[in-house]
Amino acid sequence: MNFEFSEELGAVRAQAQSFLRTHASGSARRSLEQRTGFDAALWEQVGRLGWLGAAIPEAFGGIGLGEEGLCVIAEEVGRSLAALPFASSAYLAAQAVLLFGDAGQKARLLPDLARGSAIGCFALAEGPGAPSPEAVRAVLAGGALTGRKAPVVDGGIATLAVVAVRDHDEVGLCVADLSTVGVSRDGLDTIDPSRNVAALSFDRCPAEWLPGARGWPAVMRLLDRAAVLFAFEQLGGAQASLDMARDYALQRRAFGRQIGSFQAIKHKLADVYIAIELARSNAYYGAYALQSAAGDMTEAASAARVAATHAFELASQENLQTHGGMGFTWESDCHLFYRRAKHLSLVLGAAPFWRDRLVGALEFRNAA
Amino acid sequence: MDFADTPDEAAFRAEVAAFLKANARPLAGGSGEGPVDDSHVARARAWQARRAEAGFAGITWPRRFGGRGGTPMQQVIYAQEEAKYDVPAHVFEIGLGMCIPTLMAYAPPEVSARYVGPALRGEEIWCQLFSEPGAGSDVAGLRMRAERDCEDWVVNGQKIWTSGAHFSDFGLLLTRTDPGVPKHRGLTMFFLDMRSPGVEVRRIRQISGTSNFNEVFFTDVRIPDAQRLGAPGEGWTVALTTLMHERLAIGSLPGPDFGELLELAKTMQVNGQPASRDGAVRERLADWYVQSKGLEYTRMRMLTALSRGQMPGPEASIYKAVSASKIQEIATFALDLMDSAGMVSDPQTAPMRAVFQEALLYSPAGRIAGGTDEILKNIIAERVLGLPGDIRVDREAAFNALPAS
Repeated sequence: MNFEFSEELGAVRAQAQSFLRTHASGSARRSLEQRTGFDAALWEQVGRLGWLGAAIPEAFGGIGLGEEGLCVIAEEVGRSLAALPFASSAYLAAQAVLLFGDAGQKARLLPDLARGSAIGCFALAEGPGAPSPEAVRAVLAGGALTGRKAPVVDGGIATLAVVAVRDHDEVGLCVADLSTVGVSRDGLDTIDPSRNVAALSFDRCPAEWLPGARGWPAVMRLLDRAAVLFAFEQLGGAQASLDMARDYALQRRAFGRQIGSFQAIKHKLADVYIAIELARSNAYYGAYALQSAAGDMTEAASAARVAATHAFELASQENLQTHGGMGFTWESDCHLFYRRAKHLSLVLGAAPFWRDRLVGALEFRNAA
Repeated sequence: MDFADTPDEAAFRAEVAAFLKANARPLAGGSGEGPVDDSHVARARAWQARRAEAGFAGITWPRRFGGRGGTPMQQVIYAQEEAKYDVPAHVFEIGLGMCIPTLMAYAPPEVSARYVGPALRGEEIWCQLFSEPGAGSDVAGLRMRAERDCEDWVVNGQKIWTSGAHFSDFGLLLTRTDPGVPKHRGLTMFFLDMRSPGVEVRRIRQISGTSNFNEVFFTDVRIPDAQRLGAPGEGWTVALTTLMHERLAIGSLPGPDFGELLELAKTMQVNGQPASRDGAVRERLADWYVQSKGLEYTRMRMLTALSRGQMPGPEASIYKAVSASKIQEIATFALDLMDSAGMVSDPQTAPMRAVFQEALLYSPAGRIAGGTDEILKNIIAERVLGLPGDIRVDREAAFNALPAS
């Protein structure tokens, strides 16, 4: 039994952390204020470092670090708040092609995704509501995709989309090149303008099935796996929020003393620490399940997602609160974490969806 | 990262499983802590003796004192397997988990050799005498006086909340030997025979109706200087050793968890369907599952750190800070699911043999004993996050110059 990342991945983490500290600082704020939706220069560098291909085998242009490697990098991306379509492309689009694509699709699509010259996005939602097969109304028939997907994270900057579609009663995933005819994109204003979000309309746009992804269980398999990776990104953001709150509590004085010496602040930050540690432990188990293909992937992923969502939301809220009025100013970074926390909690099924999924899996296991 | 046993771990687990299968009954529902009466203590002594004989007591202790010389991982594997069986384990938790490790750290080897073996075999039970009526969270504010008299110390005062004092043979005792210096510097640690003249144990009746802890009164009790642990005035340092071991000793607090609640929710009705199908109930179930698993895996992470030679740090405070209030919340919620029938605590009629009603009444203790929720959060804030200590009025003043409550 060994419940820690390997030394090799420890080195990957250290390298990612130091790179992002230098190159991603201010990335979210620039993206937010300039409305670029992402940091193109940083994206190019990240592509060169191989991170996008961390979980892609070398045969398809990746660096073959495995899923645990991608988890470690995801945590650092989350900590840095880097404005990148990292999750859309690496956790969702590339994973969908890798899991469900045929040999030709993998060879054609994965090398560009691994290198960052292609940007993937994942188009599931069609308006309000949790993920469900009934909510998928976009149609793929005879190689032509028609329907409207919104919100699609990174939909305005992606070059290809993995899209949830139906053909009569069957729901599944297809892949579409977003530069072809029949695609229109409308940018959407969101709670976190440091990230790009769009509505994608497809009008008889050419698209092809990912042959392994016919049926809703395949869609959920992708969501489970991505949930673990998102959990690590949320975990990184949560830890950065706590670190920021702690630093401010040490520096700020009121009533003649550091505010961090008041138990009201101490207990608040201890609660945040506890939420983060519980989230970290659940995320670690998720990473283990992801890498080792252990049987209880749904439980591991749902628990990791629920815990990480709670940790980042709580940490970002209490970080802002610890900063008082300063935390509510545009110039403070508190709102960048606060916005990203809620953005990340909504990208892939919100907490109620994952809690329900978790209990469903446990009932099923107890009954079996 | 790997959750599977290594071949060595698997072999040890098989050995443990075979021993338990041959010597104990599997657990059949109900995980609460019953009253600790004479027959329970007798059963616990017998079980401890059997464990020791088979080499499963003191798993991480040195061989020279009769331990197994094993690894923390083996200790955990044993605990995981034993948890599946109906065995009386908690009677020895304080003695073997806290008192004897302190003794081994501070007593001369020949003294340790005299006491470690009998404790391991369940022949002698130990208790810990730190808290006083005026010194709970602020334990360094204790007042029990020990004064030197030739080769002895003479002790007067009162201890309280002493778990198991009524069936213990020996006790670890923290006293004040110098009231004229600041509070942390005037303390001295001893161990003593609980049957020494002048020691009087009185049971405390708890809100659950049972009496697992005690008041202990000391009237001119003589303790030989040879039973002092650490130098006079160094008692606080010795006590910190005990308290560090406490973090390791407190494994899982006994009480109903996610699994019991799911079982209950399947049989209760909400809006004409099983409560387990109700959205609000499912939300709570999921959050408790996540907490339980989070703690279980946090323990695994600490263990990995331990097996790499790192000491358990203040991070371990998280365990009790979460699990104690979780039991209380689960019990409260479970009774709500039963609605008015939740008030009935008769095990013959209450669902699941009244495990939730019992938990409602004993769970407050978990949030207080061994460091209150509030103290644990201070420890996390100050020692893990590095926030400043409170402004103190008692740090530099002589103890006898402080106002008493």
